[in-house]
Amino acid sequence: MIHIENISKDLGEFFLRDVTLDIKEGEYFVILGPTGAGKTILLESIAGIYRPDSGKILLDDSDITNVPPWERNIGMVYQDYTLFPFLTVAENIGFGLKSRKKGKGEIRRKVDELANLLGVSHLSHRYPATLSGGEQQKVAIARAIAIEPRVLLLDEPLSALDSRTRDYLREELKRVKEEFGITMVHVTHDQTEALVLADRIAVMMQGRIMQVGTPHEIFNKPLNNDLADFVGVENIWGGIVRNNENGIVAIEVETGDTIFAVSEYLDGAVKVFLRPEEIILSEHKEDGSARNAIKGRINELQDIGPLTHIKLDVGLIAHITKQSRESIGLQKGDEVYAMFKATSVHVVRE
Amino acid sequence: MLNELRVSKIKIITILSCLLLAFFILVLITCVVTHTTLPALMTSLASKEIQFAIKLSLTTAAISTFLCIVISIPAAYALARYDFFGKSLINTLMDVPLALPPLVAGVGLLILFGTTSFGKGLAEMGLVFVFTPLGIIIAQFFVNVPFMFRILRGTFQGINPRYEHVAETLGCTEAQAFWRVTLPMSKNGLMAGSVITWSKGIGEFGAALMVAGATRMKTETLPISLYLNMSCGELNLAIASATILIVISLVTLFIFERYGGFARVF
Repeated sequence: MIHIENISKDLGEFFLRDVTLDIKEGEYFVILGPTGAGKTILLESIAGIYRPDSGKILLDDSDITNVPPWERNIGMVYQDYTLFPFLTVAENIGFGLKSRKKGKGEIRRKVDELANLLGVSHLSHRYPATLSGGEQQKVAIARAIAIEPRVLLLDEPLSALDSRTRDYLREELKRVKEEFGITMVHVTHDQTEALVLADRIAVMMQGRIMQVGTPHEIFNKPLNNDLADFVGVENIWGGIVRNNENGIVAIEVETGDTIFAVSEYLDGAVKVFLRPEEIILSEHKEDGSARNAIKGRINELQDIGPLTHIKLDVGLIAHITKQSRESIGLQKGDEVYAMFKATSVHVVRE
Repeated sequence: MLNELRVSKIKIITILSCLLLAFFILVLITCVVTHTTLPALMTSLASKEIQFAIKLSLTTAAISTFLCIVISIPAAYALARYDFFGKSLINTLMDVPLALPPLVAGVGLLILFGTTSFGKGLAEMGLVFVFTPLGIIIAQFFVNVPFMFRILRGTFQGINPRYEHVAETLGCTEAQAFWRVTLPMSKNGLMAGSVITWSKGIGEFGAALMVAGATRMKTETLPISLYLNMSCGELNLAIASATILIVISLVTLFIFERYGGFARVF
């Protein structure tokens, strides 16, 4: 539906380099990346606010690269809401309809409908400055979908909100998508947000798209070191494939341990990625589906939210629930086995 | 405790200078307004000459303020939003009229409109600036346009361009986005700029004197009237002009503080 081909744009501090992307009709597409990756420019280029220096953008097979934003019918929601401060909530929601010269009755009907849907109808006559952040963002979303856009672009829409409002509004976004079947492109640096909302994710770094895939692919099968690091794969080793048997390879990693993995690379130097949540810690080596069991001593224990981050002296990092930590009774200095499946290990070519 | 009891010398000296300055200003204004009696003031205000001066001042200031708005809106917007070659030089040039003595500005305008072929061309088309009320308007415009320009530039700089971007995605062209979003968001700046430009225009003397001269009942604005009547000893008429100018200044100050507290003029 949106086809972005090789677009580049240089704005000095922020830039895009040869970005190519395909976004499908009705998809919830998340662009994930660290601050300064160029995510906002990409979104603003889709909206038509910036014209790319090179490359082209197609919407429903027609080239819109040189079409101005007011002829694109693409909605935009920013992190800082950008509600027009001199207009009431109802006037803000109706702004785009007024631009489109719709009749007063039609505008009122549509504004009422959207205000109801997003639960802001009791605020209709208030001015934005008197609303909370969550309320303002709901109005901004209503304003953007009032024009029945082909695509709704969301630039870090939840980042300025407190965590409760953020969780709530995240569900609202899902509901909007289901209710209207609208194609959504959502930019964020927040991995949970991406994981919860996305049908597909594109990871962006330094103005480039590094990987596109399902949330599972992005978080479990990163294509390279930087991506693995960014999506929270805390265990990254260099290694060499020593032998393979029935599709399972034995990799000798830099710590000297041997790790079994399912890999398409059957020899040579590789990188091995393992997410910290994939590891089970136990005091005894257990027989089970886990092919890997690495012995180590606990160096560090740290509670972060509902999880405990544990660092072993062999360089392994595991995240286990506090509950399981307490039931095993793990302490600093304990000797444990770190066990994980061969299928949990992701191998890429070095 | 000891600290609170000890009286700071710095505190006393600074507060005293503050009071002294405020007292000086108050005395000065009181001197003017109490110099004549109320009946005499009313008679002066009713005189043809003062009536003419009031009318001429109000209209010329209104017209020059309007011109300042019309030219400053696009110019300030350009400097607030876009980067272009020579921008910093232009920014500096725009401030020159602020620093220039009004008499010098007046001489420049007199030469431009009186002696150059540009000025003569305009005169042939019926636009005579030298020794006419038109000259007063152009003098007020030249001297005061930086006030309007600077307030508006600050106002536009303070408006995130994202508001316009959102308006454009909602179907506004660039011009419509400016008209429907940026301009309403600039309301306070426009108000403050207009009030200060208008009040400065009413008080404009030096440049207007140079270009338009001081002709009784022709180019006689309130400050010119004050000057003319002072020179020939018509003290009551002079005080009447001065009193009106004081009232206008005070009202302006009040409105400016109300709407333009955020705007930086200098």
